Amino acid sequence: MSSLRILVPVKRVIDYAVKPRVNRAQTAVETANVKHSMNPFDELSIEEAVRLREKKTTPVEEIVAFSAGPAKAQDILRTAMAMGADRGIHVVVEEKDALEPLGVAKLLRKVVDEQKSNLVILGKQSIDDDAGQTGGMLAGLLNWPQATQASKVTIEGENVTVIREVDGGVETLKTKLPMIITTDLRLNEPRYASLPNIMKAKKKKLEKKTLGDYGLDSEVRLKTLKVTEPPTRKAGVKVDDVDGMISKLKELGAL
Amino acid sequence: MFSSALRCARAPLLRPTLLRQTQSRLASTLAVLEAKEGKLNVASLAAITAGTKLGGSITAFVAGSSGKTIAEEAGKAQGIEKVIYVDNAAYDKGLAENWAPLLVENIKKGGYTHVLTGHSAFGKNLMPRVAALLDVQQISDITAIESEDTFVRPIYAGNAILTVQSTDSTKVITVRGTAFPAPAIEGGSATVEEGTDPKTESPTEWLSEDLAKSDRPDLGSASKVVSGGRGLKSKDEFDRLMPPLADALGAAIGASRAAVDSGFADNSLQVGQTGKNVAPQLYLCAGISGAIQHLAGMKDSKVIAAINKDADAPIFQVADVGLVGDLFEKVPELTEKLKQ
Repeated sequence: MSSLRILVPVKRVIDYAVKPRVNRAQTAVETANVKHSMNPFDELSIEEAVRLREKKTTPVEEIVAFSAGPAKAQDILRTAMAMGADRGIHVVVEEKDALEPLGVAKLLRKVVDEQKSNLVILGKQSIDDDAGQTGGMLAGLLNWPQATQASKVTIEGENVTVIREVDGGVETLKTKLPMIITTDLRLNEPRYASLPNIMKAKKKKLEKKTLGDYGLDSEVRLKTLKVTEPPTRKAGVKVDDVDGMISKLKELGAL
Repeated sequence: MFSSALRCARAPLLRPTLLRQTQSRLASTLAVLEAKEGKLNVASLAAITAGTKLGGSITAFVAGSSGKTIAEEAGKAQGIEKVIYVDNAAYDKGLAENWAPLLVENIKKGGYTHVLTGHSAFGKNLMPRVAALLDVQQISDITAIESEDTFVRPIYAGNAILTVQSTDSTKVITVRGTAFPAPAIEGGSATVEEGTDPKTESPTEWLSEDLAKSDRPDLGSASKVVSGGRGLKSKDEFDRLMPPLADALGAAIGASRAAVDSGFADNSLQVGQTGKNVAPQLYLCAGISGAIQHLAGMKDSKVIAAINKDADAPIFQVADVGLVGDLFEKVPELTEKLKQ
């Protein structure tokens, strides 16, 4: 029986509870002095990898957490290791050179080769750029099967069954390793890292690398012309009762 | 000597206009449409609407069993010149593993400058794989087109609006359906042509699906949506209060993540950053506080009405009409009065 070598890419993003602000120059969202965390979908990826190990239906040889981002991205990798990843790889990329999903996918292809991974679990999207591309792109580059927006994963030997969320419901796919999975919200409930595990994670191996180590540079295909605040809605009215609501809705032409 | 000097002198003058002309003359869009069980998914025609904003010719693409019949139906949509179809049951389930090579082959053959499809479960699953095979940085979920290479899309759950310019020679794009209303499927007279089929075997097998059945309008394209949240307290209350209200209005039913996670409503009804985006004429919600992830999916609605017992709930900051009160009293009362 084969064993799993799982790669889990994680991204450091502005915390989901923070309301982002556009900077004055309208070039980006303000990131300085803003609370950052692990992208919520990536927490689900780590959790799923750890659960696969705990389920023991297919032995898990190793869970490697990976991040490409600024120096502080290593905090996110430590969190991943505290949740159960065995070690981390950090490709240091400054914020100004931030990679696009295609760049990340190209980098991950190299990492997959290097680490001999046979399962990559990614979040379905990151909550900052909301692109939702990296998993699918990586699957394309590797020519591996993909199961995106997974809400249930079962692995027995080389056989993988995934329930994925689609418009109007769910569908079930069957495929084989090696493959790419992207996680949807309902896949699991990520655990909190316990204090002892946070302490242990500090001793786990965290490799620092550069794009150059993988023979890549930060190539950008999309040029940001501007970032603006969304149009604000005109202030509404509060009504006293249901009759007031109905007449106001009629007045606005909604009924 | 003289002629080459002249050429040098004239070239910089000529080039910009020439380039612009060539570009617009060559702009050609492939709009990838969805079909299910031999029927065209009308919502996917949004890709055609987006294509018409680019100028140039638009070709639609369909694949699946009875591909030709679907193509003939799609050919009636206004704005397209041609429909390319591939008749092969292997494409019925929208698997990315065989769809991506199929699209790549047809895109290369047709030399399209733009490839558009809806930002639906199908488009989200397929297009990144296509983009990677073409070595293109995809642009997801666009809400506006400024020019052939400049596009607008929301980021950070709609809290910022990004305008980007693509340097890729082929633009691979998914479009937000609510921002590009589907064209009428009548009066058009596109030619129908068979595409190439690389017949790539998919290593992935489609086993089954479980779709929520509903006679109500489709959530993504409904003109009215009623939506419930955690405030409904249980699935029984959700089922007791929301469907009658939806029926009284002829509306689709949506839900917040909290309501879905608590099992009050099906996953496919979730409205928000990671669920469905809706922009109906009326979005009427009850028991939803208005977290930014939820607002991301509904704040482009024409009129927003909210019922909530907490007068400070953030939902009231975006609601055109707000009613502070107990939804267990107000929703049935509203339903009764709307029926009259």
